[in-house]
Amino acid sequence: MKAEDMERSLKRMAHEVVERNRGLEKVALVGIQRRGAPLAQRMADILTKFEGLKPPLGKLDITLYRDDLTLRYPQPLVRGTDVSFDITGQWIVLVDDVIFTGRTARAALDALMDMGRPAGVQLAVLVDRGHRELPIHPDYVGKNLPTSLDELVDVKLQEVDGREEVWICEREEG
Amino acid sequence: MTWTHHSLLDVDSLSREEMELLLDQAGHMEELLDRPIKKVPALRGKMVVNIFFEPSTRTRVSFELAEKLLGADAVNWSAAGSSTKKGETLRDTAWTLEAMGADAVVIRHGMPGAPWYLKSKLKRASVFNAGDGAHAHPTQALLDVYTLRKRLGSLDGRRVTIIGDVLHSRVVRSNVQAFTTLGASVVLSGPRTLMPREVEALPATYEPDPHRAVEGSDAVYLLRIQKERAEQGLFPSEDEYHRRYGADRELLARAKEGAFVMHPGPMNRGVEIASVLADGPESLILEQVRSGVAVRMALLYLCLGGGSGS
Repeated sequence: MKAEDMERSLKRMAHEVVERNRGLEKVALVGIQRRGAPLAQRMADILTKFEGLKPPLGKLDITLYRDDLTLRYPQPLVRGTDVSFDITGQWIVLVDDVIFTGRTARAALDALMDMGRPAGVQLAVLVDRGHRELPIHPDYVGKNLPTSLDELVDVKLQEVDGREEVWICEREEG
Repeated sequence: MTWTHHSLLDVDSLSREEMELLLDQAGHMEELLDRPIKKVPALRGKMVVNIFFEPSTRTRVSFELAEKLLGADAVNWSAAGSSTKKGETLRDTAWTLEAMGADAVVIRHGMPGAPWYLKSKLKRASVFNAGDGAHAHPTQALLDVYTLRKRLGSLDGRRVTIIGDVLHSRVVRSNVQAFTTLGASVVLSGPRTLMPREVEALPATYEPDPHRAVEGSDAVYLLRIQKERAEQGLFPSEDEYHRRYGADRELLARAKEGAFVMHPGPMNRGVEIASVLADGPESLILEQVRSGVAVRMALLYLCLGGGSGS
């Protein structure tokens, strides 16, 4: 995906969020660290522009909720959570760059539930690459990218990486 | 930057980069303390044994809280009324703990070096030094640098004056090391009788007059004065200590404007610190306590959170 494709997908997803929730009144966006956070920020900006209403925005670090901590070395570092509004009663749209096994979304749900009781949770992803290992399905998808398990989906964002693109690459051995 | 330690015995094993990584992680852990549900499952299924051969309240409770907030199972083994009283050696205790499946041991011991000995006898479990004799207290030093760094942004070029019983303090050695690792300079002060003979060998300067020692300091750090030391003849009386070395408004006025007041606790009000300073706006003492939980959470997460690396 090129920068223009990514922007179009985000715009469409933002409109779908408004359509599905009949407005933005009870909607809040929460980006999953690391690349979900800037994507949520961009969706919030688009929504503010089109709806004239700024939805509450937060970012969520799921490191301490991962189910594979004991398998990973070195352990992933915590990047920080910042959800400064009460999520109880809100429709939370979780935003991430890629959905793969679904385990990150599972961890994000647990982290979210520890902060309050949302009215509901929806999931928006820029890329769905398939190979789910849990019964989790995104509500908004930028692009479906069928991949094999030998491949990696590499999302680059201006805010984090200084450039803007999505690539499928071969997984390097070792 | 990769964290490779599985234990922490003293701060001198940490490079500046490692120390900064740990303090940054502690910043994120502190955020958890404000949540309605503070507990996370990062160390679920890990067993941590807190074994204290000397009395301690805040360090033990702080470690226990950190363990529980990360979802680990915390077990307290107090030396009083335990098998140690029946003559069990530290080596047999170590083997017993490991046979029970402990993933980590937090140890406070009156004998310097005890945590190193324990570590050498354990095949698998991590060891965290919660204070050994008058030798080291690494997590106290880390929580102190965390607290001051949070207020000042960076410790580079800053100056900290530590006043009190340096001779019997486990806090001071680790603190001098931690503050200097992060770029601060340390001045020590207190009666000569409470200074180690090799005080000049520490990477700090010694200035016997506390009023001169605090000049230009960003923080004044008071060490606890134990009553027994007067009985040993190391200083005449608590009152006299307070008059000459106790921190009060007049002393703080000689430090840099806006200088902070720190103390590892427990405090002897009216001896090493006047209540007006302990409870004043410059006091970081309660922040130090709060930081302790966050710093210990970061340490436990970094040392126990990941896989084995094999």
